[in-house]
Amino acid sequence: MKEEIIIAGFGGQGVLSMGKILAYSGLMDDKEVTWMPSYGPEQRGGTANVTVILSDEKISSPVLDTYDNVIALNQQSLDKFASKVKPGGILIYDTNGIHNHPKRDDITIYPIDAMGATLELGNSKAYNMVVMGALLEAMDYKLPMENVVKGLKKSLPERHHKLIPLNEQAIEKGRSLLKKQ
Amino acid sequence: MKEEVRLMKGNEAIAHAAIRYGCDGYFGYPITPQSEVLETLEELMPWETTGMTVLQAESEVAAINMVYGGAASGKAVMTSSSSPGVSLKQEGISYIAAASLPALILNVMRGGPGLGTIQPSQADYFQATKGGGHGDYHLIVLAPSTVQEMVDFVGLGFDLAFKYCNPAMILADGIVGQMMEKVVLPEQRPRRTEEEIRRQCPWAADGRKGLRKRNVITSLELESARMEVINHKLQERYREIEKNETRWEEIDVEGADYLIVAFGSIARICTKAKELAAEKGIKVGIVRPITLWPFPSEAIARAAEGKKGILCVELNAGQMIEDVRLAVHDSLPVEHFGRLGGIIPSPDEVVKALEEKIIK
Repeated sequence: MKEEIIIAGFGGQGVLSMGKILAYSGLMDDKEVTWMPSYGPEQRGGTANVTVILSDEKISSPVLDTYDNVIALNQQSLDKFASKVKPGGILIYDTNGIHNHPKRDDITIYPIDAMGATLELGNSKAYNMVVMGALLEAMDYKLPMENVVKGLKKSLPERHHKLIPLNEQAIEKGRSLLKKQ
Repeated sequence: MKEEVRLMKGNEAIAHAAIRYGCDGYFGYPITPQSEVLETLEELMPWETTGMTVLQAESEVAAINMVYGGAASGKAVMTSSSSPGVSLKQEGISYIAAASLPALILNVMRGGPGLGTIQPSQADYFQATKGGGHGDYHLIVLAPSTVQEMVDFVGLGFDLAFKYCNPAMILADGIVGQMMEKVVLPEQRPRRTEEEIRRQCPWAADGRKGLRKRNVITSLELESARMEVINHKLQERYREIEKNETRWEEIDVEGADYLIVAFGSIARICTKAKELAAEKGIKVGIVRPITLWPFPSEAIARAAEGKKGILCVELNAGQMIEDVRLAVHDSLPVEHFGRLGGIIPSPDEVVKALEEKIIK
């Protein structure tokens, strides 16, 4: 098993923390993991992305050209990374604010209304977990939910542990977005 | 604190490792991409647990001179910075080397020259391995490629620094500093007691006035004849380090037609490139120098036997390639590939460079 993933969007959308929760969940499932951010002056407003690799084997390069799974949360990210999905791979993108939709027939494309689903939950901070739910549902590698919960516990500071049920709910919501397709 | 598996950034790992390896003092000044070292230490507050001192100095120059003072008293002390900050520390580093003191310096390299960028680079290879500061001295230079090695090299760096009374440097880059990986943190090693320090470092200026002959620690010697003797002693020590402490890793060297030499996180990008090349039927082996000084010249010469060419991949305009060419005496083609200013090459680019520059 090896999943090469890039999550890309605006700074402030929770891209890096989603990557961290995903990586920690993989670690809890006894996988080798790397989390490589685009770091620097991209905290808020600019574009941010993170490459996460989950694997049974030791991971060589933490930096990649192409990915099994691409998650694009704005137009720039979609433009930049849609062509980087490996043939047979998966592209998930949030349709909000997208005017130029990807056209590839050698990959599986899941347009989702993650922002709409998050607003239904009533807490916009859960946005990244809705997106992660969609990814967990789409990926070939089925990460057990119990390890995702452990990953959440490990990556969130204790004072935020009361938000874990909300995060679980958001993940389920994200999964359901994909099941409908 | 017991052994523990965690997910963390290379910079955070350095801070945890410093505490767990019984470091006595850290003195630093923030600069991207390594500010998490100081931040994590401040967060962990080791002065309340192991008694380790953590201090944000007023400048990089102050920090390295605090290290000089701490080291002179036999303490295990360290500092960290990134390229422009490490340039500022060079005078202090030369003094520490001349005074034969153990210390650990971390450089998480960013794109230069000048203030440059904050993105990853390996352009301080010359500075780290060929001196950096003035005079005939060497640092023991360790190049980590994983977050685990960031942890391990704190322990190894201190051990080697004390074994040879010589400063050691961890030469990392923004990739390994900023990325998160699984790490196993070592069990807590207690800080040495005053008694243990006196036994291990009989040369230390530990403030025991009148109880023994005076220890003088200085890098100044105005008498040329005596300064030459000091220099010869340093050189003897460097030959000893070269003999005992050269470290490297070889990946699939046997049976390969071509060789890639790369250090740090770039060696991992090259390992991926090796896998991609294998899919095209190109057999590549990799030599990853772990100590950049002493440089694994003999290992590279051995690995190069029967090969058709060497590609030296570095995030600079061609620095380590000089040592690689010397190692093989230009007996086969040696070419350089690198990106500059903070750009990270993709594994595909490395394969393309190999095809264009070496295979042709």
